[in-house]
Amino acid sequence: MGQPMKIRAASKDGVTEVKVLMNHVMETGLRKDPAGALVPALFINEVTAKLNDKVVMQAQWGQAVAKNPYLAFKIKGGKAGDKVSISWTDSSGDSRTDEATVG
Amino acid sequence: MNVHLEASRRSFLRTTGLLGLAASALTLAPRLALAVWNKAAFETKTLADAYKALGVASPAASADIQLIASDIAENGAVVPVEAISKIPNTTQISFLVEKNPTMLTAQFDLTPDMLPEVSTRIKMGQTSNVIALIKADGKFYTATKEIKVTLGGCGG
Repeated sequence: MGQPMKIRAASKDGVTEVKVLMNHVMETGLRKDPAGALVPALFINEVTAKLNDKVVMQAQWGQAVAKNPYLAFKIKGGKAGDKVSISWTDSSGDSRTDEATVG
Repeated sequence: MNVHLEASRRSFLRTTGLLGLAASALTLAPRLALAVWNKAAFETKTLADAYKALGVASPAASADIQLIASDIAENGAVVPVEAISKIPNTTQISFLVEKNPTMLTAQFDLTPDMLPEVSTRIKMGQTSNVIALIKADGKFYTATKEIKVTLGGCGG
């Protein structure tokens, strides 16, 4: 299920700027816990962004995206009231989708 | 006899024609819809292997790409990076960190609905060159910037 994301989408001069803050450990698989054991890798590896149910961007990520990933991008078009949705899938197969209204 | 042959030839053409249409529709289906995590590319340990896995051949450095990041990252665990491409028909923006255990960090596939600008935050194990790799019209271009890391972010 994952933790909820924070999504902000604002339309200005015909461009919708989207900022996303995800909630994820993004473990690389290289870090050791205090007992010296390797913490297994667990990271978001696929992200999809949609504007009104139409895919505008798809991303693939590796382990080196920072913990609690931040992502910002700009969509051509979009207006107040449109829906932006962000989905991610992590390396364990867990996934989450959140939606925001363009303001 | 001839009439019969003619009829079967027509139906043959019709069938193969339809099949051909179906096949071309499949190949024309947006590649984006079929994207799956490129495990091979994300597990490469050297820049040369990462480029190979991504199908990149000798990318050209381009002044039309802006790679925005601070010169010094105090904390390698959270390094903000932004890439802006001014190259027409930019369809992909990737970030690679040369001295990380795995080079390829993030790859963004953009539809024509997107402006070619992406920002995110990455982890860096040590001071390294960071590369913004842009794909436009099937060709690859890069912008490189060295970011000094004072505190590593990969379990150091």
